[in-house]
Amino acid sequence: MEHEFQPEQIKHKYFTPWVIVITLIALAGLAFLAVRYLFGLGAVTNLTQFFPWGIWIGLDVAAGVALAAGGFTTAALGHIWHRDKYEVLVRPALLTALLGYTFVALGVVTDIGRWYYVWHPLIMWNGNSALFEVGICVMVYLSVLYIEFLPIVTERFIGRVNLPGFLSMFNKIIDSLLRLLDRTLNKFMFVFIIAGVVLSCLHQSSLGTLMIIAGEKMHPLWQTPVLPLLFLLSAFSVGFPMVIMESLSASKSFGLKPEKDVLTSLSRFVGPILGIYLAAKIGDMFIRESFVYLTELTLPSIMFTIEIVVGVVIPLRMFLSSSVRQSTTGLYIASMLVIFGVVLNRFNNFVIAYNPPYTETSYFPSIGEISVTLGFIALEILIYRAFVMIFPIISLPVKSALRKTKYAIKGV
Amino acid sequence: MGELNRRNFLKTLGVAGATISGIPANKLLAQSKSDLSEDRMGVLVDTTVCIGCRRCEWACKTAHDIPAGNLEDYSDESVFENMRRPANDAYTVVNRYENPADPRSPLNVKVQCMHCDHPACVSACIVGAFSKEENGAVIWDTDMCIGCRYCMVACPFQVPTFDYDKAIQPNIHKCDFCFERTKEGLLPACVEICPVEAITYGRRRNLIEVAEKRIELYPDRYVNKIYGFTEVGGTSWMYLSSRNFEELDFPKLGDKPAPGVSESIQHGIFAYFVPPIALYALLGGIMWISKNKDNKGEGKE
Repeated sequence: MEHEFQPEQIKHKYFTPWVIVITLIALAGLAFLAVRYLFGLGAVTNLTQFFPWGIWIGLDVAAGVALAAGGFTTAALGHIWHRDKYEVLVRPALLTALLGYTFVALGVVTDIGRWYYVWHPLIMWNGNSALFEVGICVMVYLSVLYIEFLPIVTERFIGRVNLPGFLSMFNKIIDSLLRLLDRTLNKFMFVFIIAGVVLSCLHQSSLGTLMIIAGEKMHPLWQTPVLPLLFLLSAFSVGFPMVIMESLSASKSFGLKPEKDVLTSLSRFVGPILGIYLAAKIGDMFIRESFVYLTELTLPSIMFTIEIVVGVVIPLRMFLSSSVRQSTTGLYIASMLVIFGVVLNRFNNFVIAYNPPYTETSYFPSIGEISVTLGFIALEILIYRAFVMIFPIISLPVKSALRKTKYAIKGV
Repeated sequence: MGELNRRNFLKTLGVAGATISGIPANKLLAQSKSDLSEDRMGVLVDTTVCIGCRRCEWACKTAHDIPAGNLEDYSDESVFENMRRPANDAYTVVNRYENPADPRSPLNVKVQCMHCDHPACVSACIVGAFSKEENGAVIWDTDMCIGCRYCMVACPFQVPTFDYDKAIQPNIHKCDFCFERTKEGLLPACVEICPVEAITYGRRRNLIEVAEKRIELYPDRYVNKIYGFTEVGGTSWMYLSSRNFEELDFPKLGDKPAPGVSESIQHGIFAYFVPPIALYALLGGIMWISKNKDNKGEGKE
């Protein structure tokens, strides 16, 4: 399989009408972001002394981390289990994870009151804190992702370093440095690939531990000691749907033929993983007998039901059907539903389930909060689009018999 | 020491197992280890004695360099129309409740940080900016805080507050048990100013005896409960009242320390880094095996 495709730079016009819309959304987000940094969190957010965390933590950070799971799940499949036919998906998934985590980090920096102290956890440790564990793991994993991305940079520029003007005298030395880097990375990349998967498993689950300490303040439909396990399983289950959704979106946007064979075989894994997640979630509900809360019609019970039915049960049924898996539209819809389900789950855990005492009001995100969240997503799309045009990320069919085998296997 | 490690190891194994099987981890674990001082201090608040003069509010602000205004203005009782909570500019507030047993003397409830023996904020804080001091105070270190507000998410009494209106150096605010004053042998400002001795400062263990005695001597005056004696593993501040505490807006909490479950899960996942390293080794093994298989059966996949 891998002989037919080769990662290449996409040649396409950058700005289309949709890209301009997305750019405007990004600019609006940046404007609110400026207000937040100039005048404080209160100027932009609807956060209160009772609701200290809003969608910047629930969506930008918690859902952002979950949706970046495509990176480590695909890396595990392609590089640890060596299923070479999925090789074509590894680079796009890596780029998504890289951007996803970069924006998770930006989301954290934006949400914490003293953003200039974001480095404190590196030297001030509290091993009891789930947040500390998440913070450290995310920082380390982000570094690992950048290292995993380096071979793509070296591949792009080896033999092609061409600095303008007097800087051209450095061309040769930079080229040889890139070659040295490339050789060294090639030998040790497996260390980082495994580390990336381990770090992901750790902080995906610890993200679930975060809200446990809120105890009674969290609605019993979500408050459970198995939250770390549920977070890990849902991260596993959203990884491949994210890869499928992105691959199909990119193909559509650039007018390429979708890699349907690969996506169809990848989608076979989704049903069973979703099934395990659903079983854990339902099992937990019955062990703790929290289903009693579903009998009353409240916001939490409605949100929980939507999360399970629309976000898990329906896509599970779809991914188990081979005709859905064979159809591009079916795959797209089913993947979007899984993504929706996991995003809603994170939102529910961090926002809907959180019910503090002593307040009559409830939290609803402000225009500013929503704008910043949408702006970050828009920026991610814009940078993704630029990167696949600059770097060889998306695989295209190879026509000529001459292949550059040297970089085909190493990739990441 | 060896025995201790082995026990911890078995404990964490149990917790890891429980995490997977769905049994609440705190059922398997004893209370989280503590180096609490036997002589830690506390305060007993008798809501039946408090007259609601709110001098403690004034004294607290004065002691913490918060603009306090005139002491005379605090006798204005119209503030009791609303229930108030501690805020950035008021680390303690007094709320008034009806007293069905004696309508002429209402119950006045002073609210501030409870100074838990096993504080959720100390456990949660990402950088360890909170600490439980030997004298019982739970204090916050401004030099460490990154402003993440996880303490506010964690606190079962919803006490810490945050400067949302500050772009630079926003602080977390809460009662610090007058840590700077007690260090110098002074009483907490609120205790010192109280004209009716509704708040008693002393060793926590002695205060429990005092409280039990009062309940025993005046069974008609008090409900048979010391709030804070066992709640979330015990708090330094404890309350007596003639009404059920839930009716006075005290949260109904279990006896387990608030951080217990999350800490044992956290330590279960890490357990001396055994699970992460084991996972690393396992994945490495799979990588190696599937790579070799790949080379032998070329073109099979």
